[in-house]
Amino acid sequence: MQTKVENNKAWFLVMPVFLIVAFSAIIPLMTVVNYSVQDIFDPYTRYFVGTEWFKQVMLDSRLHEALLRQFIYSFTILIIEVPLGICVALMMPTKGRGASLALILVAIPLLIPWNVVGTIWQIFGRADIGLFGAFMSGIGVDYNYASNPTDAWLTVVLMDVWHWTPLVALLCYSGLRAIPEVYYQAARIDQASRWAVFRYIQLPKLTNVLIIGVLLRFMDSFMIYTEPFVLTGGGPGSSTTFLSQALVQQAIGQFDLGPAAAFSLVYFLIILLVCWVFYTTIMNMQKDK
Amino acid sequence: MAWMSWTLPTALFFIGIAVILVGMTTWQLISPCVERRGFLPLATTRGDRLFIGLLSSAFIHLVFVALTDVNIAVATVLCAFWMIILMRWG
Repeated sequence: MQTKVENNKAWFLVMPVFLIVAFSAIIPLMTVVNYSVQDIFDPYTRYFVGTEWFKQVMLDSRLHEALLRQFIYSFTILIIEVPLGICVALMMPTKGRGASLALILVAIPLLIPWNVVGTIWQIFGRADIGLFGAFMSGIGVDYNYASNPTDAWLTVVLMDVWHWTPLVALLCYSGLRAIPEVYYQAARIDQASRWAVFRYIQLPKLTNVLIIGVLLRFMDSFMIYTEPFVLTGGGPGSSTTFLSQALVQQAIGQFDLGPAAAFSLVYFLIILLVCWVFYTTIMNMQKDK
Repeated sequence: MAWMSWTLPTALFFIGIAVILVGMTTWQLISPCVERRGFLPLATTRGDRLFIGLLSSAFIHLVFVALTDVNIAVATVLCAFWMIILMRWG
């Protein structure tokens, strides 16, 4: 009888990853923790202040507002992008050249860098030279994303929907293609309606890809920085200032390293909590299956 | 290491985390844990409970700092009890 040999040498293969993560994440995070308890004037002049910055950050109304805006933004784009992505995936052709062409067309926004997306929408939304801005003016809407907070929000949300709905659509498309034909045959025999096919065959089979899509989009939108920065610069006022932009303003704009470090840690803990909730939900759903 | 701006409390904090991780790894090697269900609404391993405990302790500290002027050591002692309860019955 052959005995199964076990050893832990394979752990050495993981060492490069540990080293990279240590340099790119753990050491910077430790430095941020060190900064968060000190008042730093320059690298050699710093004073220990304990939990003072954390108290300041936790009671800062600007940060509360940025956090609220962040949650509203993330949930808004999820409410729009997920159903829209499913609809797009359901309408995409499944066979022939049309399928390849649709895949390429849908994937194009995903290939565009974030700062370019911001610039595209900055021009697209201008009433004098942009198509969208001119269209809004043409139908009699006084649209100006640079001065009206509602218009700025509308543009930022539209931009994200344009940029990232294709990701949800492609994930759903792959999920739909993985459903065996026999399910549809059974539905045809039962004379199931189009809605019944969607509700009882397609939607349950899309659960896993939708969870991944929601997780990716939530995390990504929760950390959004570049597109609103390029498009509105967080304005007008602070109406589109999200968490990462508020953080950058504090850390680099005002050079308040201590409060910014405390803010980053609170931000990190919120993201960690949300990630854990999503991860646990996914794992439990898979276990239940 | 000076560029990392170390202070004694943060150094002790990270040493504490490192000791906990090494301790938990050794414990796992000596006596591998089995997933179980306690008062938490999900089945957890020892590592899961440690993670939940550390994360919730961080939030408890933040709430203490934000809402009270009580010494932070009080929150730390409370969190230590919370960790023991979570690890044992969670």
